[in-house]
Parts: sequence; structure tokens; C-alpha cells
Amino acid sequence: MLTRRSVLGAAGAVLTLTGSGWSRFSASRAAGAPVTPGVPSGTAESATLEALPGKKPLIRLAYRPPNYEAPLDYFRSPITPNDQFFVRYHLSDIPDVDAKTYKIEVGGDGANGQATLTFDDLKKLPAYEVVAVNQCSGNRRGLSTPHVAGVEWGYGAMGCARWKGVRLKDVLDKVGLKPEAVEIAFNGADGPAFDKTPDFIKSLPVWKAVDESTLIAYEMNGAPLPHFNGYPARLIVPGWTGTYWMKHLISVTALTKPQGGFWMNPAYRIPVGMFPVVARFVSQENATSTPITEIVVNSLITSHADGATVQAGTVTASGLAWDGGYGIATVEASTDGGKTWSEATLGEDLGRYAFRPWSFAFAARRGKNTVTVKATNKIGQTQTATLLFNPAGYHNNVMQTVTLNAA
Amino acid sequence: MRKIVFAIMAALVALPAMADEPTIRLKQAPGLGKVEGNCGGCHSLVYIEMNSPFLTAAGWNAEVTKMIKAYGAPIGDADAKAIADYLAKNYGT
Repeated sequence: MLTRRSVLGAAGAVLTLTGSGWSRFSASRAAGAPVTPGVPSGTAESATLEALPGKKPLIRLAYRPPNYEAPLDYFRSPITPNDQFFVRYHLSDIPDVDAKTYKIEVGGDGANGQATLTFDDLKKLPAYEVVAVNQCSGNRRGLSTPHVAGVEWGYGAMGCARWKGVRLKDVLDKVGLKPEAVEIAFNGADGPAFDKTPDFIKSLPVWKAVDESTLIAYEMNGAPLPHFNGYPARLIVPGWTGTYWMKHLISVTALTKPQGGFWMNPAYRIPVGMFPVVARFVSQENATSTPITEIVVNSLITSHADGATVQAGTVTASGLAWDGGYGIATVEASTDGGKTWSEATLGEDLGRYAFRPWSFAFAARRGKNTVTVKATNKIGQTQTATLLFNPAGYHNNVMQTVTLNAA
Repeated sequence: MRKIVFAIMAALVALPAMADEPTIRLKQAPGLGKVEGNCGGCHSLVYIEMNSPFLTAAGWNAEVTKMIKAYGAPIGDADAKAIADYLAKNYGT
């Protein structure tokens, strides 16, 4: 009997045997994928626009494991529709999970007991909602200079949804935490294609796990989670990057010792002291590196792609700003390369973890115009003028500039 | 052959109805067979094109080493060298 893993393992052999059976991506298809300017040329040439089941076309960076990002024009509202939400997997064995048989095992040596929760059990717990940005840690990695290896994301490995579910704290209360618990670890139903590949297991410090905003969500924008976004339930860790937002969540394990494994170290690490992050993950820190935690303050012009043509006269640029949950204080825009700045108008506030829309009207002169934006959050953090290079390409919040050609 | 195997995959794996994985035609050069045979089991070969052409020979070698040491890819030393050489020559900087 072939197992799922052996069948997936066989795919490579099949590709070898039938390498000539499928035409190469054509240049026209490749040119049609609206990748972010600045990604590696090999990324621009190989990416295509493709719709996964239940999804609108996304920019396909890789098929297996599936890694698809949203094109710029999907970011023109502060809520990202479910069928436009990016898809990111580390491992290729992604089962269809049946909510009827789904369960979450809760326990661990840092817990006083253990419990098994079914999907119905989750639904019976008090429900909470939070609007929060889920941004891949590696979003904008493709813009790193020099380029670094990995999934070469442009701007679109992020989205913002209204998540509904139960507090992780309430689930942990079912078993009770021992005082010596230091981390809560999470696993999802997805796994590796090959059994020697480390399963994707992540942990959070207890303080973040029991934060009232940290949820196990079973609804996204009023609908069940899409398969590719973690059906039937996933972890929601508002303010922190997507690596912690375990999809298809099947276990919650309280630990008295730090979680080990590749996905905690060396993966998903930033150099100590490089970024002005407040939230620390002390039990995982070492002398040189620390886990990536909260999202750094950032903004994006979504009304116009770089190089777009506009009419001379009043032009309104608009977009989104977001941060790790301190809240956006101001978005400023410059049309003179950063010499002078004017405040943009902020739009609807959907909460401190949400995308904050903004708009900025200016007089476009015939010829080339540039618009640069920067967001500042309520604790005074702002975007950088130049890249803080790090080997994994994380936390790129360089101020974005678009050139608009006015006719 | 290919269609039959993918039909079996679809039945057993119960992946949602995704289109057949497009075959990635990497550059024809010595070592391509090793790349297809060793790398394609766990991930689409498009990861190679996507990560090009900016890695040095040392950079590609580090990637191959990562696949073996961190991800557990069962690749022997000779194949690993052939793969790293192919990647550096065809998808390197």
C-alpha cells in the first residue's frame, strides 16, 4: 500500500521519467505575473498567476509546497477577502482535514492534565473576534539586497482578516498550566513529504500564548477557513509574524523546557539587537540570534504600481499601514524624495492589529513624479530608509517609493 | 504513465482538486538528472529557478548542505557535489 508520503516521494521520479511531457512555462505567462519590482530575475521569469481551488489567481512562486502571494491590487481594502489571501506552506504533505473527525490534543509536561477538543468542543467555548494582519516573516525577502535564498516573496505574503474563534488561554485553562511552564508548542496536520524532514513545530512564550488576543480561529471573515489557510482551525497570533500562526492546528503542548528543532533554531531567527522590536522570546534567545517576533511597522502604496501612468493634476495615492499591534499613529508622504513630508489621511480603524488604510492627494506635474510613504506607530517606531540586511531577509520595512508618470 | 501516477496520487493523497503539477524544465546540462531525481521528491524544482541567478557556488553548496543536514534529504556525497556543481553553473551568479 502506498502511503501519502511514498506517493509524494514518487512524484520526483515521475518528473524525471517524463521530463519532456509538459511544455515549459511560456515567457508570456511568466511576463503576466505581476511580481514586485526588485525580486530576483529567476523569480520574475518562473512566477505565474494561478488559481488554487477556492482561490482567485495568486502569484504562484512554488507549487509544492504551495507558496502563492497576492498581487498588489488585492490590497485596496483593509480586509483581505478569503479567496485573495496568500498561501504559505513549508512542507508538502497537506491533508484534507475533516471537521467531523478533527481534534486538538492539549497537554504536555508543563500542563496539569490533558484534554482532547473536537471541533464542536471549540464551538462551545466563548467566541471572540480580532481583526489582525497575518504577514509571513519572509514577506519582501525577494527585495533583499543582496538577494538571499528562500521563497522570494514580494509585497504580497500578507493579508488582514476578521478572525473568530476561542481564546488559546481558555483552551489552556482546560488542562491548567504548571508554574514552571515556559513555552506552548503547536503542531499542525500538515507534514513533510519525507519522514526525515523535521515536522513544522513552533512555540510561543507562555505570556504571548495566554494573551487575550491569541486565538484558535475557526472563522475568517465570517466564513470557514479556506483549506489553504488552515481549515478547520488555526492559531491567530496578532502582532506576530505568520510563522507562529499554525494552520490545521492539532496539538497544543505546554513545555517546561524550550522547544527545539530546526523551525525554532536556526530557522526564523533575527540577529540580536538589529531591529527595534519590543516583544522578546527570552527562552529562545542566545548570544547572537533570537526568534523573529512582532511585525515591524510598515506601509504599502496599493493604488498605483511603480511606473504607473497618471493624469497630470490632482492624484490620490492610497494604501495600507500596519505594525505589531501598537497601532498606526501617522502615515506621511513625500513627493520630493524625502526632503519634506506631509501627513496622509488615515482611514477606518479596524483595531490595532489591522491594516490601516490611508490616502494622500498631491499635484502631479507632467513627467516623472515620485511618492514615498512612511508609517509611524504609537510608540514612535518608523520605517527605515535603507535595508537592515539579515541573512534570512526578514523585517524589510524600507520606505517604499513609486514613480508615477503624468501625461 | 505520468497521468496514471497522478491519478493514483489524487485518489490516495486526497489533495484538493489541484491541477497536475507543471513539470519544471530546468536547463539541460550535466547533473540535471541528479537534480531531478534527488530534489523533486520533496519540492517543486521551481525553487531552483526562483532562487536564481544570485547565489555563488558557495551559496548553492550551502543550500544543498542545508537540504541534507537540516531537511534530512538522503543524498550521498557524490550526488551532492554533482547537484551543487549543476546549480552553480546553470543557476548561479
